[in-house]
Formats: sequence, structure tokens, C-alpha cells
Amino acid sequence: MVDWTHATPLSSLAGGVLIGLAAALLLVMNGRIAGISGILGGLLKASWSDSAWRICFLTGLVASPWLYSFWAPLPGMVATSDINLLVVAGLLVGLGTRLGSGCTSGHGVCGIARLSPRSIVATLIFMLAAMATVYIRHRL
Amino acid sequence: MHFITALLAGLLFGLGLIVSGMTNPQKVLAFLDITDQWDPSLAFVMLGAIPVMALAYRLMGTRRHTCLQQEIHIPSNRQLDAKLVAGAVIFGIGWGLVGYCPGPALASLLTGHGSPVVFSLAMVAGMLLYRLLSRFMD
Repeated sequence: MVDWTHATPLSSLAGGVLIGLAAALLLVMNGRIAGISGILGGLLKASWSDSAWRICFLTGLVASPWLYSFWAPLPGMVATSDINLLVVAGLLVGLGTRLGSGCTSGHGVCGIARLSPRSIVATLIFMLAAMATVYIRHRL
Repeated sequence: MHFITALLAGLLFGLGLIVSGMTNPQKVLAFLDITDQWDPSLAFVMLGAIPVMALAYRLMGTRRHTCLQQEIHIPSNRQLDAKLVAGAVIFGIGWGLVGYCPGPALASLLTGHGSPVVFSLAMVAGMLLYRLLSRFMD
């Protein structure tokens, strides 16, 4: 059943447009794909000349809640506090996004927008894997 | 100049994540939980982002450099392979366990919560682990 009482289609759509504009800005000005795992993972092996733009982008990303808080109080961000779960999930996300060459942003937005077959397949698979994980955890 | 545009893109990207609800793992998990009370909001994030990005590709056409004289890097690989599939499965499981994907975790680092810090450190460790493993795979 669709839960329309908690759904936020308009702000999610508006946020999506902002994400699209950010990715477009990075492509049009810097010639780069705004895939977060690729930008961060590339930093771990990049030369100095290739690192600077990555550090600039990530600095902006990390600083964004500070900028947002000038405009409105930050919305709720409730994550599990189970350290073991956070560590396992983080390891899987780090390993999986590098092995699969992308995450929600690189494949899900930038790749699908240019109809890349790899990105369409990857997005379908990680969505299904994530939904299956949630399904199984709720029934254990 | 291109450092400033990268910084601005990062800021804008993070604002988009916050506005859209992606930085709230509870909301992400509610989107991934299709069997119970499904919150479809995050489908609207992709619906908002993808057309804008598609227009940007159209705008760039076959150009090789941007107006800031930066080389354009667009992945050219079109082959589906086992690495792509395995990586997507592993990432999906990690995403479904907590509700963080890389962008929202980083955008939440300085919000005063410990969870995104622990998650992000583990994520970087996972990326380093991939670097280590890839030496054996190739």
C-alpha cells in the first residue's frame, strides 16, 4: 500500500531537480560525472592534479547542511546507531560501489540520463538488492 | 575557476539531497520497503534529476572540452560484466541495511550525528579494500 501521508513528492521532486542541476553544472563546467562514489574513490588513487576538483566538490557536499541551516532548520536524519550494522553496511557500500563502478548518483542519475546500458542494469540490480535486504530484515 | 564550480556543484548536490529527503535513512528505508507502507517519494528524486541531466548531455553534444577548457570525461564502457552485477548486488545490500548511499552519508558528516561518521569511515575502508582486491583480480 502506498503511504501518501508520509510521502513528500513535491520536495523530493524539487530536491531531485537541484541534484540534476548540480550534476549538470559539474558536467558543463568541469567535464566530470557527479558520481559520489567515483569522486571519493578516485581520490584514493588520484594524482595531485586530479585531486583538487574532487576535494572541492566533496567539501561543498560536506558543507551543504551548514548552508541549508541558514535557510531552514535541518530536517530529521534518523539513522541506526548500531555500530556493527553501520560498519558492515559501510564496508559493503564502499566495496560494492567501486566494484560496480557507481552508486545511486553515478549510475542512478548520471548514467540513466544518458541511457547507459550498464547504468540501467546496475540501478535495477542495486534497487532490487536493497529492497530484498529490507524485506528479509523485516521478516527475521 | 573550475575549482569554484566544483565546490558549487558539491554544495548544490548536498542541498538537493537534504531537500529531497535522501539524507534521512528512515525515509530511504521506507522507499525500499515495498511490501509494507511504501513511501514513493524517492522515485520523484530521480524523476526530477534525470531530465535535467539529460538536457545537460544534449547541451554538451560531442564537445570534447568545457567552456573552462576542461576535458570531458564520460564513461565509454558499454559491456555488462560480472563485476558490474556483483558490485551492484553488494552495494544494494549495504544500502538496504542502513539506508545510506555514499552522497547522503557524506552530506550528513557534519550534522552532529555519529552514525554517518562511522558509516563513511567504513565506506572508505571498503573502497580501499577494493583497491587491494583489484590487484589480485587483474
